[in-house]
Amino acid sequence: MTFDRRDLLKTGLGLAGAGLASASGLRGALAADGPALPASLIAAAKKEGQINVIGLPPDWANWGATITRFQALYGVKLDSANPDASSAEELQAIRSLKSQQRAPDVVDVGPSFALIGAKDKLLQPYKVATWKDIPDDVKSADGLWYGDYFGVESFAVNVGVAKTVPQTWADLKKPAYKGMIALNGNPLGASAAFGAVFAAALANGGSYDNIEPGVEFFGELAKLGNLNPSVATPASLIAGQTPVVINWDYLSLGYKKQAEGKADIQVLVPTGATPYGNFYCQGISAYAPHPANAKLWMEYVYSDEGQLAFLGGFAHPIRFNAMVAAGKIPDAVLKTLPPADAYKGVKFATQDQAAKAQKVVADMWPRVVKI
Amino acid sequence: MAPRGENLIRARVRAPVAWLFIGAFFAVAAAFMVAPTAMLAVQSIYGDDGFTFAFIASLGDYRYRVAFENSLILSIASATVGMIAGGLIAHAVLRPGAPTWLRSAVTSFSAVAANFAGVPLAFAFIATLGSLGLLTTMLKNLGIDLYAAGFSLYSIPGLTLVYSYFQIPLMIIIITPAIQALRPAWREAADNLGASPGQYWRMVGLPVLAPSLLAGWILLFGSAFSAYATAYALTSGNIGLVTTEISNVLSGNVMEEPGTGAALSVGMIVVMVGVLLISTRLGRRAARWTPRR
Repeated sequence: MTFDRRDLLKTGLGLAGAGLASASGLRGALAADGPALPASLIAAAKKEGQINVIGLPPDWANWGATITRFQALYGVKLDSANPDASSAEELQAIRSLKSQQRAPDVVDVGPSFALIGAKDKLLQPYKVATWKDIPDDVKSADGLWYGDYFGVESFAVNVGVAKTVPQTWADLKKPAYKGMIALNGNPLGASAAFGAVFAAALANGGSYDNIEPGVEFFGELAKLGNLNPSVATPASLIAGQTPVVINWDYLSLGYKKQAEGKADIQVLVPTGATPYGNFYCQGISAYAPHPANAKLWMEYVYSDEGQLAFLGGFAHPIRFNAMVAAGKIPDAVLKTLPPADAYKGVKFATQDQAAKAQKVVADMWPRVVKI
Repeated sequence: MAPRGENLIRARVRAPVAWLFIGAFFAVAAAFMVAPTAMLAVQSIYGDDGFTFAFIASLGDYRYRVAFENSLILSIASATVGMIAGGLIAHAVLRPGAPTWLRSAVTSFSAVAANFAGVPLAFAFIATLGSLGLLTTMLKNLGIDLYAAGFSLYSIPGLTLVYSYFQIPLMIIIITPAIQALRPAWREAADNLGASPGQYWRMVGLPVLAPSLLAGWILLFGSAFSAYATAYALTSGNIGLVTTEISNVLSGNVMEEPGTGAALSVGMIVVMVGVLLISTRLGRRAARWTPRR
């Protein structure tokens, strides 16, 4: 399961501008000379003079800003290949470009592909200085790959139509939300919809090993007539046809930004339940032609500054909770996000758990969720 | 008249040219129809561990059985509605005495509407007749609650209604030439012999139109059977169709099971071939009445 990178690109959201604007609070946090990184590593990287990255859309998770800043700080040439590459294409680039100078140095892939990369020996181990801040369930113990940013399931609510904002999963059953609650697709086709079922399971007595209560929850919503089966899009949310949409927080926040001046959209992470999260992973190619730059890139992305940059694109940096605890996130930035407390208990499903849950949903959903 | 010899030469020159084009046609058909079909068939019986019937067997799963059922019902219903309504409308605007502006208006509208499908169509209907749609809300304010009365856009009847939006115009376009080919002389002859309009249609009009109507129905069936985006946007695949199930296993972000996708596609091909075979049978019977031209 991966972030809905394609979904976002399809909707044609101008996140680049939106991301940078809301990052205004971030600018103050930037030190003129960047984060404190080992001088020897910087020197080695400058000597190599180049870094190749792949699959980093400039309007996604604020990669555009990160790329610009990295080049400005270290004066190396950054070659960004195929920004819209899928995880599978990124791994394929490592395989097929192996011995070439233009081979990717670092990749940004979904967890299932990170596991494949590790298994196929396409990645090399490296542990960044901030390693201990990265939660254990989003990193490989040997440092082959580790999560760089994440999102959780959220409610995006068009307040103009749904007068009161639901705060918990149980609230969604209220008669006031008849025909209002929508997903961004089928749980077997759209990862945010699948995540919504998992999140509902966690809120209703299920666990990462038991998604059944989630399916039953949506079955109940359907029976109550609250589930609107049409596919939620930014347009349907803003126009009020699907006023309550369950989706990843970074997409919801993007829609809120998009709706400014058209509709009042509120985004929240439902309380009273473990948030269900999803993450992306960075790893250094085993065949990286510029190893020093690859390491420098990792150090930069996982530094306070590099991590803060993700928030400008509405994605949560993987060190978010540790950074909040250490008071490293400016209040101006926190204000643009759902309350930090909501993210505290975030946990992630393992690939085995996700695969098992898919089978359950495939079997149960058409029987239980009848519209 | 040209001497015999010259004709022979011309025929000899023409034959290779004709074969060139026929060959090109076969090459295209092989590359874009036969080869993909064969690949699908192979993919549906080959898994990671070699030969397997697991994918084909999975078509018996509840979710896929329901999907085939839904696809068939929806395609038959929307093709039938489209054929009847489209045929009647085409007849009404083409009958002698109907204003010509109406005819051109209907034809132009049909050409546009027949191609209006997918997500925009679904959204148009959701915004009008969805549970929070404009019309739904207006009627509710007038005391008519459509959804409480049992109507739902997100159901097979709802989908049939939405599909009709492109099926009816498609039928109008297809059937217009056939209706125009009904000669006024036949109608006049029937009238002169004392036939009622009902008798004329039962014994002359419909039998002559039957092959065209049947062909149109098949086309409508195929267009509904293979449609995908509209149904998905409307129901998120909660009314499972074969096409939406294929998209889940092939191009979704959650799971990837190309073998199952191939098996589902093979299932669709079998259904289409079956429908075509039945229609050829019926078509042969109906064609007895087609005037030789």
